[in-house]
Amino acid sequence: MFAYTIRRVISGILLLVVMSVVTFYLFYASSSTPERFACGPKCTPTQLDTTKRALGYDEPTIVQWGKFAKGFVAGREFPDDEKLRKAAPEQVVECPRGCLGYSYGYSKPVNTLIKDKLPISVSLAISAFVIWIAGGVLLGITAALFKGRLIDKAIVGLSLLAFAFPTFFIGLLLLKFVAIRWGIVELPKYSDFTDNPFLWVSGLILPAITLALVYMAGYIRMTRAFVLETMSEDYIRTARAKGLTRRVVIGKHTLRAVLTPLVTLSGLDLAGLLGGAIITETVFNFNGVGKLSFTAVQRYDLPLIVGIVLLLASFVIVANIVVDLLYAVIDPRVRLG
Amino acid sequence: MTLTASNLESHGDDHFVDAEEDERSGKVDVEGRSPLRLAWARFRKDKLSMAALVVTTLFALMAISSPILKRLGVIDPYTPHQDLLDYATGNYPKGFGGGMSWSHPLGVEPGLGRDVLSRLMYGATLSLTIALSAALITVAIGTILGIIAGFTGGIVDSAVGRLIDLTLSFPATLMLLALSGVVVDRMTDLGVPAGATVNGLYIVIVLSAFGWPPIARLIRGQVLSIREREFVDAAILMGASRRRIYFKEILPNLWAPLLVYFTLLMPAYVSAEAALSYLGVGIKNPTPTLGNVLGGALEYAYTDFFFFFVPAAVIAAIVISFNLLGDGARDALDPKAGR
Repeated sequence: MFAYTIRRVISGILLLVVMSVVTFYLFYASSSTPERFACGPKCTPTQLDTTKRALGYDEPTIVQWGKFAKGFVAGREFPDDEKLRKAAPEQVVECPRGCLGYSYGYSKPVNTLIKDKLPISVSLAISAFVIWIAGGVLLGITAALFKGRLIDKAIVGLSLLAFAFPTFFIGLLLLKFVAIRWGIVELPKYSDFTDNPFLWVSGLILPAITLALVYMAGYIRMTRAFVLETMSEDYIRTARAKGLTRRVVIGKHTLRAVLTPLVTLSGLDLAGLLGGAIITETVFNFNGVGKLSFTAVQRYDLPLIVGIVLLLASFVIVANIVVDLLYAVIDPRVRLG
Repeated sequence: MTLTASNLESHGDDHFVDAEEDERSGKVDVEGRSPLRLAWARFRKDKLSMAALVVTTLFALMAISSPILKRLGVIDPYTPHQDLLDYATGNYPKGFGGGMSWSHPLGVEPGLGRDVLSRLMYGATLSLTIALSAALITVAIGTILGIIAGFTGGIVDSAVGRLIDLTLSFPATLMLLALSGVVVDRMTDLGVPAGATVNGLYIVIVLSAFGWPPIARLIRGQVLSIREREFVDAAILMGASRRRIYFKEILPNLWAPLLVYFTLLMPAYVSAEAALSYLGVGIKNPTPTLGNVLGGALEYAYTDFFFFFVPAAVIAAIVISFNLLGDGARDALDPKAGR
């Protein structure tokens, strides 16, 4: 298991390095004039040229990537140009090891920006995760136990309905009616968990439900299918035949088998969300990483976009490794090799 | 999985049992039936799937006919009808349900007074065209890479595997959003007409570029088992070219999963178009798509609920019907459902 972990970590790091090169080329080399976006539509050619050099876009993409990689490993100082640093030493920004770049739009290192926003996105992701797992598994099992009956059809049908409407529409519906017009819950607003756990929950509830609904339908259907498949296995019949109660058979024997695939899938889905749910955060005006990346795209803040993309990719890569290891822990039959 | 009674039931399939009984009692002539006909017979038994087929066919017909209807002047998504708006209320449509009338069955837009039904019909054409093209390209890329990886094996297989890992590690929503600036810019430089063409083409390209890995994995898995079969060995022994083996020997065995996957990609891409449109990527007003008609309706939640709700309901109807069709096709084509 140790050797396997080491091997996976190394290949994960290699994957990230390749990804950073690909991302740099996608964003920095796709457009012939990336500075046009930063400078605005009314830029004169001279201004364009200045912007280009100030942002370092005049260098070959691979050189820009090299600086990024060096900054990530050893830290880096901004602005890039040594002459500028000497001319205005009070404006030099130190970006320590692990540096993901410097956002010219915000005049801050990308790491600082993300660090501020990450708790919001993580809170949102985790609360949505709790809702969709609890709801998905409970409703999925219920649907499976009442297979073919009205309850089953209602659960499957309603979850499909919730899945079919666009997320931002459901979010706006909840925001505009449940929160604003009817005032059933407070206006969604992020507050720190350590300050006031109650406010943290009440401010998160609507965005978390919106986000959870996206995944819930899939988890209900998966759980239902897994439970039905497991219940037709021979060992479940054996358990029933030897006189175990229905509760024990379902609660212990069936759930155990259903758990394994669910852990894998939900781990990966959660990892994909930790770095922000762009649509949900935009609808509810939550200032998380999702909203930050949305703003970065609108301002065409290339270093910020690239930094966020690579951070989110690393979440997914780490989650893949963790989930594979967990898989072996939950299911003793799985051998890592 | 063992074939138990409950299993057969779980596919909602009593046809299999019926047919067998019929054959045993000699009521019908025993004739060879192709897998396709068996699947179709199973599919026809399922009322929900049949309903989904009817609804999706209607949507497809609507999508095909609306450009013709637009040319004939039956639907008109662009002309404003200021006379139907009430200036006193701030240009909201006069009358019930957002200005519903015989000439405007779903009312007119607040603000500009364009016909809502026309915009939705013409928008559905564009949205479904985008979804169809993206789904076809996605399936094509995934299938070709999947077949090559599965059949060749070795270094090619692991190269495709790494490419899949790489593509899946990108945060898809952010990439679709963030690449629009640079890629649209580059495509315009390459001479693609600006406006609706380049924006629509962008959505097709990025959705396919990030959508192919799951199907490549699926197809690779299938090919791994197919390539061990005798008919492939026979083709190799007869000296068939690689292309012949890929496309004439292996591909025909893959149409069932491909059809199912394709049907399920369509609704996913219709939703994706709407979501991207909400985030400001894609075809922009005045050219209607389902996404931007809905985007334009969002601010009227309180003042014109009908106009707010209808575009979302159309999207939901398309997503649901295509999903049910895909599920029905999967159940019907599933070899475990008994053949």
